[in-house]
Amino acid sequence: MSIKIFVPCDTTARSLGADQIATLIQAEALSRGIDITLVRNGSRGLFWLEPLIEVETENGRLGFGPVTANDVQTLFEQDFHQGQTQHALCVGLVEQIPYLKNQQRLTFSRSGITDPLSLQDYLDHDGYAGLENALIMTGQQIVDEVKTSGLRGRGGAAFPTGIKWQTVLDTPGEQKYIVCNADEGDSGTFADRLVMECDPFMLIEGMTIAGLAVGANQGYIYLRSEYPIAHHILNKAIETAYQQGYLGNNIRGSQKQFDLEVRLGAGAYICGEETSLLDSLEGKRGLVRAKPPLPAIVGLFGKPTVVNNVLSLAAIPYILDKGGQAYADYGVGRSRGTMPIQLAGNVKNGGLVELAFGIPLNQLMNEFGRGTRSGRPLKAVQVGGPLGAYLPESQWHTVIDYEAFSSEQAVLGHGGVVMFDDSVDMGDQARFAMEFCTVESCGKCTPCRIGSTRGVEVIDRIRAGERPDNNWQLLEDLCDTMVDGSLCAMGSMTPIPVKSVMKFFPDELRHGRQE
Amino acid sequence: MITSGKWRIETVREIIQRLKSKPGALLPVLHAVQEYIGHIPDNVVPIIADEMLLTRAEVHGVISFYAHFRNHPTGKHIVEICRAEACQSVGCRQLEEHAKNTLNIDYQQTTDCGNITLEPVYCLGNCATGPSIRINDDIHGRVSPERFDELMGNCRQRLQEAG
Ligand SMILES: Cc1cc2nc3c(=O)[nH]c(=O)nc-3n(C[C@H](O)[C@H](O)[C@H](O)COP(=O)(O)O)c2cc1C
Ligand code: SF4
Ligand code: FES
Ligand code: FES
Repeated sequence: MSIKIFVPCDTTARSLGADQIATLIQAEALSRGIDITLVRNGSRGLFWLEPLIEVETENGRLGFGPVTANDVQTLFEQDFHQGQTQHALCVGLVEQIPYLKNQQRLTFSRSGITDPLSLQDYLDHDGYAGLENALIMTGQQIVDEVKTSGLRGRGGAAFPTGIKWQTVLDTPGEQKYIVCNADEGDSGTFADRLVMECDPFMLIEGMTIAGLAVGANQGYIYLRSEYPIAHHILNKAIETAYQQGYLGNNIRGSQKQFDLEVRLGAGAYICGEETSLLDSLEGKRGLVRAKPPLPAIVGLFGKPTVVNNVLSLAAIPYILDKGGQAYADYGVGRSRGTMPIQLAGNVKNGGLVELAFGIPLNQLMNEFGRGTRSGRPLKAVQVGGPLGAYLPESQWHTVIDYEAFSSEQAVLGHGGVVMFDDSVDMGDQARFAMEFCTVESCGKCTPCRIGSTRGVEVIDRIRAGERPDNNWQLLEDLCDTMVDGSLCAMGSMTPIPVKSVMKFFPDELRHGRQE
Repeated sequence: MITSGKWRIETVREIIQRLKSKPGALLPVLHAVQEYIGHIPDNVVPIIADEMLLTRAEVHGVISFYAHFRNHPTGKHIVEICRAEACQSVGCRQLEEHAKNTLNIDYQQTTDCGNITLEPVYCLGNCATGPSIRINDDIHGRVSPERFDELMGNCRQRLQEAG
C-alpha cells in the first residue's frame, strides 16, 4: 500500500527548502522501491519546525522537523516512512504537539491537514457546509447570524462585521461588491497568507456567503504582490471552484451568481487602508479618500461595497456552519470568537496560535513562543504591526482583547506579535517608525508626508545630543500634530510606536543602547 | 526573470487589448507589461495611455506611485531584502549592510555585471523565520550573511549555466 508523506507548500516551508526536500523524498523513495504518495499539504503554522514532514500512520500523522535536504537519506535509513520514531527529528504525532493541541482552531482547523488545492479534501473536512446553509437563507438571516457571532474586523479597526454587512444590504443598488483586503502589510503578520496558501476554498466560501448576504455578485481579492505563492494557489483554487460550480452564475444549482477575481497590488503599504485599496482597484494611485461616504455606501466604482480582511471573511464559513452563537461562545467582553495570533520576530517557537480572546500576551510568548530565538532576555514587543506600540515588560500581562490593548495605548490590530531581545536599540525602532511613514505615506496630508520626514530628523538630532530637551519637546508636538491633522491612521498612528518608546525607553532614545 | 531587452510593440498592444476591458484595468495592464518586458519603459506609457483613453500623466502617475513598478531595466535577478520590524529583530540591518558591501551597490542599483538588482521590501509574510529575502519569485528564510553569499553564488552559477 502506498505510504502518504506530506511536505508543506506554504511560503515559510518553502523558504526553508521544502521544494527541494519534496524532490529528494520522491527520488529516494523511487530508488529504494518504496511506494509513496507525496502530498503538498498546507502548513500547520508551527514554523520553527518547518519544513515539517509528516507520515500517515495507523495512529495518526507522525512528524519530523525541521528537516533539511541532508536529512532525507537518514530519514529513510531509519524507516521514518514506516512510522519509526527513532530519528532525531521525530516530533511524535503532530496533533499531540502541545503548541497545536492547546489551540482552539476554528478558522485554521484544516490548515496543514489538507491539500489546499483539493476541493475534495475541503469538502471532507466540513468545507462548504456554511454555503449550503446560506443558500437557503435570506440575506437578512445571514447578516443576523454574523451579528450574533460578534465578529469584529480582523484587519485592524475591529469594526463589527455584521453591522458593516447590514449597511451594504440596506443600501439599494443593482451592483454591489465584496472586496477582500489581502494586502497584509503589517510586519509580523502572516495569518492571511496562511489562509490563502493553506485553505483557499475557505476564503472563497466566505466571500461567496458575503455576496449572498448583501446581494453582491462580484468579488475581488486585493492581494499584495509580495505574496507570489498565495497568488498562484488562489488562482488555481478559484479555477477549480468555477469548474465545480462553486463560483459563477449558478452556484450549486441555486441560480445565484458570484464571480471572483484576484487583483495584485504593487508594493504600497497604504493600499491596505480600505479607501486607498479601492482607488488602487479602480486603477488609480492609492490615495486615501475622505470618509464619509463609507465604502459600504459609496465604495468600489461608487457602488456599495463590503471591504473585509481575509481573516474576517475566513471566519464566515464556520459561523454559517455551526451558527453565530457557537462562535460567540468563545472570547471575552466585546472581543468574541478566536484570534489568530502570529508569534514573530526574535521568537524561539514562532508561528500561528489561534485561541479564544482573553489569553495574556506573556502566556503566548512563554508557553507557546518559548522566549526569544537568540536565548537573550526579551526586551520589547511590538504588537499590531508598524503602527502598533512597543510594549515593555510592565505591559506583557495585557490580555488579547481589543479593549484591553486600547486601554494600554496599544493596538491589537491584525494580531502580529514581534518580539525583540535586549540587543535591540529602541531609538532605532522609534526612528524606523517615522522612516516607514516617509516611505509609505500616500502623500495627501502634510502632517503625515512632511511630518514623518521631520520626525526622522528630530530623532536623529536627539540621538546626536543636539539640544535634546528642545528637540524632545518638538518630537512630542510633532506627534500631536500628526495625530490631529492626518486623514487616515497611517499618519495618526505612526506616533503610537514612537510615543511608546518615548514613554518606556526614554534613555535609549536619548543616549542609545547601553551595554 | 527575462529582461532581454527584446520586446515587440505589437505584443505590448496585444497585452493591453486583452486586459483593458476589465473594470479598473490599469494595474493588471501594468503588471502584465512589466512581466513581459521586465520594466515599463517610458516609451510604452503613451501606448498604454492611448489604448486605455487615459492621459500620459495619469499612467505615469500610477507607475510612479507604486514601488513595484519600474521605468528602468533591472538586473537579471531582483533581490529584495526585507527591512521590516520582525526581520530587524533577527538581524536584517546587518544583512542589508552585508549585501550592499559584498555586491558593492545600494538599494535600487544593479551590479556592474548586470546580474543583480537590490531592492528593499517591507515584509514578505515570513516573519517567524527571518531575516527574509526574495530572489525573483522565491522567498528564503533565516538568511544569515553566509547564507546570503551562498544564494548569490547560486545566482551566479545559474547565470553561467545559462551562458
Ligand atoms: C495604513 C493602513 C494599512 C492597513 N492595512 C490593512 C491590511 O493590510 N489588511 C487589512 O485587512 N486591513 C488593513 N487596514 C484596515 C482597513 O482600512 C480596513 O479597516 C479593513 O480592511 C476592514 O476590514 P475588516 O473590518 O474585516 O477588518 C489598514 C489600515 C490602514 C490605515
Ligand atoms: S495620513 Fe498619510 S497615508 Fe493617510 S491620507 Fe494622509 S498622507 Fe495619506
Ligand atoms: S554580482 Fe555579478 S554575478 Fe553576482
Ligand atoms: S518582517 Fe520580514 S518577512 Fe515579515
